[in-house]
Amino acid sequence: MSEWRLYEVFVRSKHGLNHKHVGSVHAADAEMAMENARDLYTRRNEGVSIWVVPSDMITASASDEKEVLFDPSEDKVYRHASFYELPDEVGHM
Amino acid sequence: MYAQLVETGAKRVKSLDEMSPEERAFQEKIDAETKIEPKNWMPEGYRKTLIRQISQHAHSEVVGMLPEGNWVTRAPTLKRKLQLMAKIQDEAGHGLYLYSAMETLGADRDEEIEKLHQGKAKYSSIFNYPTLNWADMGAVGWLVDGAAIVNQVVLQRTSYGPYSRAMIRICKEESFHQRQGYQILLDMMREGTDEQKQMVQDAINRLWWPALMMFGPHDDESPNSQQSMAWKIKRKSNDELRQMFIDQTVPQLEYLGCTAPDPDLKWNEETGHYDFGEINWQEFYDVLKGNGPCNRERINTRKKAIEEGAWVREAAVAYAKKQKQRAAAA
Repeated sequence: MSEWRLYEVFVRSKHGLNHKHVGSVHAADAEMAMENARDLYTRRNEGVSIWVVPSDMITASASDEKEVLFDPSEDKVYRHASFYELPDEVGHM
Repeated sequence: MYAQLVETGAKRVKSLDEMSPEERAFQEKIDAETKIEPKNWMPEGYRKTLIRQISQHAHSEVVGMLPEGNWVTRAPTLKRKLQLMAKIQDEAGHGLYLYSAMETLGADRDEEIEKLHQGKAKYSSIFNYPTLNWADMGAVGWLVDGAAIVNQVVLQRTSYGPYSRAMIRICKEESFHQRQGYQILLDMMREGTDEQKQMVQDAINRLWWPALMMFGPHDDESPNSQQSMAWKIKRKSNDELRQMFIDQTVPQLEYLGCTAPDPDLKWNEETGHYDFGEINWQEFYDVLKGNGPCNRERINTRKKAIEEGAWVREAAVAYAKKQKQRAAAA
C-alpha cells in the first residue's frame, strides 16, 4: 500500500452545492482513486459528483499560523454590513 | 465496544500544574471541547493511544466481516443474501474510514495491519466466537452491532477530529445493521418452526455474554480509562456504556419472546436500571490473549487474504506505471 498514493476525496452532494471534503483513499492511479472513492463514500446516494486530488498536491495552512493568517481580519468590523447603522425610516437595505 | 483495554502509557492523570506549557494548552483545548486536528501539537501519549484505539477499531471492522462472510453462500433467501453483503461491504468501508483517520496521526496502514497479523495488535473479542446457525446472523446484527452503536454514538464526540468525523459517518450507516439483524430474529420467532425458534434462543444464549464483554473490563479494573477520559478520547466509562446497552436491549429481548442466559437479570425499580449477573472475566481475558474459539482461524484468514491478493495489488501498480509511460510517450 505504501506504493499507492493517497488521494483526498471531495463529494458534491447535490447539484448547486459545493464539493465537500469527505475523506481519503489509497490508489495506484487517479482512475482507481475515483472507483475506490465511489465505493467508499457514495454507497447510499451521497453524491452527484466526485473529485479526487493527490494529498501531496494540497498546500495547507498550519495550525500555528492561525493568528498570523486570521487575526488581522478580526479588527475590521467595518467589513460587515451590520457595522453601518441606518435609520429605521430608510427601511430594508 | 470495538476497542478494549487500550494502553495509554499513563499510570495516572497529570494535573494542570504538573504539565508543560504545551501540554497545558492542549488539555485546556480539550476541556473547552475544541477538536484536535492532525497538524495540531499533541502529547506523544495521546497520539499513540489514538493510533492503538483507532487501529484496533479498524481491525475489528475488518475481522468482523469474517463471521458473516461464512453465511453469504448459506443465506436462506436472495433478499437476505443481498442485505448481508451490503452489511459486509459497509464494514469494509468502516475499516477504511478508520484506517484513514489513523493515518492522519502518522501511522502506516501496512505496518499496523502487520501488527495485527503478528498478534501484536488486538481486535474486539466478540469476533473470536463462531457463527453456527442462521439465527447467529440476526443475533450478531442485533446484539453485536447494537453494542457497537452504543459505544460509537458516544465516540462521535471524541476529541480527535478525524476519528470523530469517521464515527459520524459510521453511525449513520450502522443502524441498518442492527435493524436487519433484529428483523431476521423477529421473522424466525413469528413465522418459524419450533426448531427455528430454538435456533434464535440458542444464538442469544451463546452471544449474550460475549456481547456484554465488548464494553471491556469494569471501570476499576481499567487503568487506562482515566487517561483516555481526561483526553476525551473516551467519553463514557465501560460500565456506563454496558448499562445503557442492557437497559435498551432487554425490552427488545422480551418483545422477541426470548430470554437472556442470566438468572440475575431483572428490573430494579430503585435504580431505574436492570441488574445483571457477573461476567466471566476469565473467559474475556482468555479470548483477548488469543485463546478464544476462533482466534487462530480469524488471523489465518486475514493473512491468507493479504497474501493471495498480493498479485492484484502488484498488477494495479504495474498497470498505473504503464499507463503513465504511455501518456508521457504520446
